[in-house]
Amino acid sequence: MRAMSFFYRRLPSPLHAARAGVGALWAAALSLATLVLYNPLVLLALLAAVLCAGVGAGVGRVLARSMRTGAIVWLPIVVVNVLVYHEGVTVFARLGDLGPFGQGNLTLEALVYGSVIALKVMLLILITTLASLTVDPDQVLRLLRRLSFRSALTASLAMRMIPVLAADAQRLAEAQRTRPEGPPRGARGRVALLRAVIGGSLDRAMDVAATLEVRGFETARRAPRVVRPWSRHDVAFLVSAVAVIVLAILGRLTAAASFSAYPELHAPISTGTIVLCVALLAAVLLPFADRRGIDV
Amino acid sequence: MTAPLVSFDRVTYSYPGVAAPALNDVSLEIGPGEFCLLAGLSGHGKSTLLHAACGLVPHFHGGHFAGRVTLAGLDTREHGPARLGAFAGVLFQDPETQLVMSSVRAELALALENRGHGAAAVARGVEEVALALGIDSLLDRSTHELSGGEKQRVALGAALAGRPRLVLLDEPTSQLDPVAGDELIGLLRRLNQEWETTIVLAEHRLERCLSSVDRVIALEGGRVGCDSEPQAFLAWAGQSSPALQTPAAKLFALAGLRPAPAGVREARATLRAHRLLPDEEPSRIGQSQPARPRRKAKLRRAAKPAAALEYDGVWHELRNGPAILRGATLRVQAGESVALMGRNGAGKSTLLRHAAGLLEPTRGRIERAGRVALLLQNPGDYFVHERVAEEAPEQALAAVGLAGMAGRNPRDLSGGERQRLALAIVTGSGDEPAVLALDEPTRGMDREAKGELARELRRRSERGQAVIVATHDPEFAAACADRAVLMADGRVIADGTAAELLAGGWYFATETARILSGAARALLPEQGAELLRARRDGAETPIDARDAHAIVPGVA
Repeated sequence: MRAMSFFYRRLPSPLHAARAGVGALWAAALSLATLVLYNPLVLLALLAAVLCAGVGAGVGRVLARSMRTGAIVWLPIVVVNVLVYHEGVTVFARLGDLGPFGQGNLTLEALVYGSVIALKVMLLILITTLASLTVDPDQVLRLLRRLSFRSALTASLAMRMIPVLAADAQRLAEAQRTRPEGPPRGARGRVALLRAVIGGSLDRAMDVAATLEVRGFETARRAPRVVRPWSRHDVAFLVSAVAVIVLAILGRLTAAASFSAYPELHAPISTGTIVLCVALLAAVLLPFADRRGIDV
Repeated sequence: MTAPLVSFDRVTYSYPGVAAPALNDVSLEIGPGEFCLLAGLSGHGKSTLLHAACGLVPHFHGGHFAGRVTLAGLDTREHGPARLGAFAGVLFQDPETQLVMSSVRAELALALENRGHGAAAVARGVEEVALALGIDSLLDRSTHELSGGEKQRVALGAALAGRPRLVLLDEPTSQLDPVAGDELIGLLRRLNQEWETTIVLAEHRLERCLSSVDRVIALEGGRVGCDSEPQAFLAWAGQSSPALQTPAAKLFALAGLRPAPAGVREARATLRAHRLLPDEEPSRIGQSQPARPRRKAKLRRAAKPAAALEYDGVWHELRNGPAILRGATLRVQAGESVALMGRNGAGKSTLLRHAAGLLEPTRGRIERAGRVALLLQNPGDYFVHERVAEEAPEQALAAVGLAGMAGRNPRDLSGGERQRLALAIVTGSGDEPAVLALDEPTRGMDREAKGELARELRRRSERGQAVIVATHDPEFAAACADRAVLMADGRVIADGTAAELLAGGWYFATETARILSGAARALLPEQGAELLRARRDGAETPIDARDAHAIVPGVA
């Protein structure tokens, strides 16, 4: 099933071999860099780094598919930005008076800024996908269970139920397709189908609840702290995460990643920008070079 | 005297909103280290009894509860399932709903963590249970990518992780192939013998586990009908509840032999003692699967009438994944009934989905003489309305004997009735389908319902419909099919008459065939009994499977 490929599966890769807490921190560092940096070249370097990291983690194909899905959000973001912001000075089309939206002057600056925002959204989608594919959710939730264990367990269950319910939905759809007259049609038919789906989900939930009951959910206590020795991959991705955070802050505070769209485009490509791009690529990708001890 | 681990004292229980009690004045005691089999037809209280033993009844289900159940000295009215879970591990029928975490390791650890064990105790508990059940290689796998058999093992591991004194299992083998089912029963026996774990196992296919258990508790209408050793239970079943008789017991009863055997080994020993089985038998390997020279097959095919369904070198290859079907070739004629057998994951369900057009082959072709009606594994997936009458046309309901139930809610029907309603839905009332394909239709069904379905399928094939059934149940296959096809790794690896294929194997063979070593290709107890009588009279005659179906059509 296609939806299943977006879930965590232990693969032989350095990122999978790193502890979940470090993996999550690494993904958070990439997200932070995406949020604070605006220079298009730096963002493209980050995009390349994330895609290469996906390949290094053995989930390149799924990431590429996710990128295609992410491209769907690109166009509306750009179009809305161009239609709503008229602050740039380089007008490439005049649509006249747009009533409450004012003069419909479409500017190059709004187009570029919209594209940068869309690129950032795409990057965040890719980083989230990469994290969901490579960071063990059970380990993350286990960490959270020390803070709020019932909420974390409920979240864990919800995650587990997604593939189960997806499989149920596929089975139900298949069963309806085998009816000689096809699946129920019309509003009434759809309501009946929806009711059956909800009924099935509730049945599932009841069964899972019964299982949890006998596994002691009612008397559940805080998960014990597990002391695990730090592996080379834990250390490498921790260093990588810290390096990415430092580079992101440096890029934000210095002129290396400066960018402004209004009133005129300003995106200088200096030596500092190139160094920042190379440093980000190296910081993100170097941990993938060490492939010792990654077997599942 | 050792104190009982579980005790039921005059327990009567009704589910909320249901007048009839699911358990009716049940009193029994189960001691430490016992291996008990819970027998009974569907809806007679087996699951309810298991739920009462672990406290889910009444704490989780509610309802009306009278009497007293104690587990390890704790009264279940005062202690909930979470507290009782320290003493009882529970394994339900559907492994899918028993795995609540994303990875196997986290699944095994959950119950231990919930009970407040320290990190070292959790790690040790996980390691030990994984080693004991042979699932150590699965520890870092995601639960959603496991096979059905693996899921069931992991769920059992999760139930056993805290080393409970009692394990309650509700039809754990119903979704497993014969190999995985036998493995699970063997595992339970080992747990029972090596660690003295008390096992209470509810099961429909009694022949699978009767020889392993110490005691059988049979429930009838929520009451204890019989509580005795396997031999005495079989004697009771022969007299009072024939639907609970195992094929071996039925074989002996029909042949006039005593005592009824609890398993194949015991049956063979008795037959040897009566000189009805030779002391040494030649190896039968290869005899059950006659080779079919390709050229001859082609010549024969040329002379045959058009097929109702024909697969010609069908491949189903997943993108970025394995090939599920690898050049499957199969021809089913009108009026033929075919049992499709093989391990879980052999490609049976995929083959049937291709027949109905739910999947398209990536290579090869499929030809159909007409409509293919496909009945998938879960009949409940077909039900979207509140009344039976809204689900299928009147004519179709009448054809499956549900005309009198038009006003009922489909979800209130029994297992057998639900299966028949689903059959009415997929066959419809218009033109009869040329092919009726059924995917594991007997899951969770008792012997009576299976017999009913087998008879219905026979009637349909006699009317000229081609019937193709994927099943793990050799007894059902023998009862409903003339021909059996064995699949492995997406290919047809053996294809012959049911008598040829089901008479000479270990796993894909009926109990009667295993007892008689496939002699005279007797598959069903009626056929076997005829052979034994002939042997006793000194006039052994081979029996043809088709003739024997005429003797008693139904499941043994």
